[in-house]
Amino acid sequence: MASPLKCDLCDNQATVHLTQIVSQKVHKVDLCEACAQAKGVTDPGGFSLADLLLKASLNPEPSAASGLRCEQCGFVPEEFKKTGRFGCPACYEALTGMIDPMLENMHKGTAHVGKVPEHAMERKQLEDRLTTLETDLKGAIDAERYEDAAKFRDEISQVREEAGMAKATSI
Amino acid sequence: MPAPIEKLLSAPAELTDNRASKCPVVLMTRIRLARNLANHRFPGRADDSERAEIFARCRDSLATTPGLKRSFSVTMDELDEQQRQLLVERHLVSRELADSKAGAGAIINRDQSISVMVNEEDHLRIQVLRTGFQLKKAWNTIDALDSALESSLNYAFSSKLGYLTACPTNLGTGMRASAMMHLPALVIVGHMEKVVRAVNQLGMVVRGLFGEGSDASGSIFQISNQTTLGETELVIVKRLQSVLKSIVEHELNARDRLLENSPGKLPDKIGRAFGILKHGHLISSSEAMNLLSLVRLGVDLGYFPEEQRLAVDRLFIEAQPGHILHRSGRPELESEERDQLRAEKLRSEFANFTPPNYDSVGLN
Ligand SMILES: [Zn+2]
Ligand SMILES: [Zn+2]
Repeated sequence: MASPLKCDLCDNQATVHLTQIVSQKVHKVDLCEACAQAKGVTDPGGFSLADLLLKASLNPEPSAASGLRCEQCGFVPEEFKKTGRFGCPACYEALTGMIDPMLENMHKGTAHVGKVPEHAMERKQLEDRLTTLETDLKGAIDAERYEDAAKFRDEISQVREEAGMAKATSI
Repeated sequence: MPAPIEKLLSAPAELTDNRASKCPVVLMTRIRLARNLANHRFPGRADDSERAEIFARCRDSLATTPGLKRSFSVTMDELDEQQRQLLVERHLVSRELADSKAGAGAIINRDQSISVMVNEEDHLRIQVLRTGFQLKKAWNTIDALDSALESSLNYAFSSKLGYLTACPTNLGTGMRASAMMHLPALVIVGHMEKVVRAVNQLGMVVRGLFGEGSDASGSIFQISNQTTLGETELVIVKRLQSVLKSIVEHELNARDRLLENSPGKLPDKIGRAFGILKHGHLISSSEAMNLLSLVRLGVDLGYFPEEQRLAVDRLFIEAQPGHILHRSGRPELESEERDQLRAEKLRSEFANFTPPNYDSVGLN
């Protein structure tokens, strides 16, 4: 026999040898008993080389990512390189410039066509409506159009009631 | 040990006790949905107190959701490593969840066909698991559960990108649909590589071990959709369904060809496997998977009575290291002791097994 293979992850002798095909390429991995266990290789459902390789290919374009930052959670693109994960849902809007090009190679399409959460959509619509009305109200007050302002105030309390929110103090 | 986990372990479960929907080739089907709460940082970035808040909120919503009443709720930090391992081996929580602490937990229904992980990679990982080939049923169940949950939890959703997830590979539907398949004949005739290539081209991924001459994993593979954005859930489920059907056909054809071209080969392997399971004294985890896999093939071919399929599927889980350790009642075991206890358990199970009858007519 040839000299024993070394584990791909440490220097121990490799005793577990596997082959997977990911994106048309054959990948061979040699692991020692301990690393195989740690990577979940002994759990038939849990191991995927595809995941490891996919995560490795998630590096964003450096130019598209520079200077971006999520105001909600303080996430910056450099952190994505380390973890392959974002910080919060708002990151997707804040970091659009970096995410859009990445999605093109990742999925079947770049727009969602599946299930829509009805309640979340309703809540969002009401919130958007409130934001608009509050801007309108402020504008009316600033312009001293008090009749309009009263109308907006009524509408706001109506929408709030619909949304089941407690009445907030008026502006 | 805390009571909930013992209760959970002794309750009849979908995977180990549901006799009705067992079938050849497809061991189980599973769908999971990744969901997150709006206005919260993802679990990887949230601090302990935010994670605890997320867990409490999700647990409260889940407790009142139809299908999850009287479910078990466990947090990872109240379990020891051995107990967490048991949940992993039962496919109820992932290794990643088992290894995370603050605010990480799972809500699991009575028959363990539904498990919702909280604070894994995403706030919620909803999973529905069915024994046998029941992809559509699994989808209907999880779709209803998800809709019910959504009435009390505010999901992070964008009309352009769909359900927003910590990792962009899960955007859109957040859905991973999969089947665990038993493909010993395709492994023996060396066709797995071809199958994997074909499946890849249809946007599906194969996970599992093959090649290098040894069929060390029991010839069990998991096939799932690779992408989640740009298609509806039903389109993905239907395509997976047809891919799985055609893999089942290929496996059955490979079995027929093997029986035709070298009639002694499969009966020999199956008979030897039965002999070792019945008389062995040291059996490692991967050898056990391999031997059980051959006995399952024997059931498919009609050498063993169909009633014994249930025991084989149960042993796939109960022969794993965590279950052997738990059964021993000891805090830890040397690997040789574990192999010995595993062999002991298998000997006692197989003592009551009907021996193979090679004259019976196979199912296919
Ligand atoms: Zn190693
Ligand atoms: Zn963010």
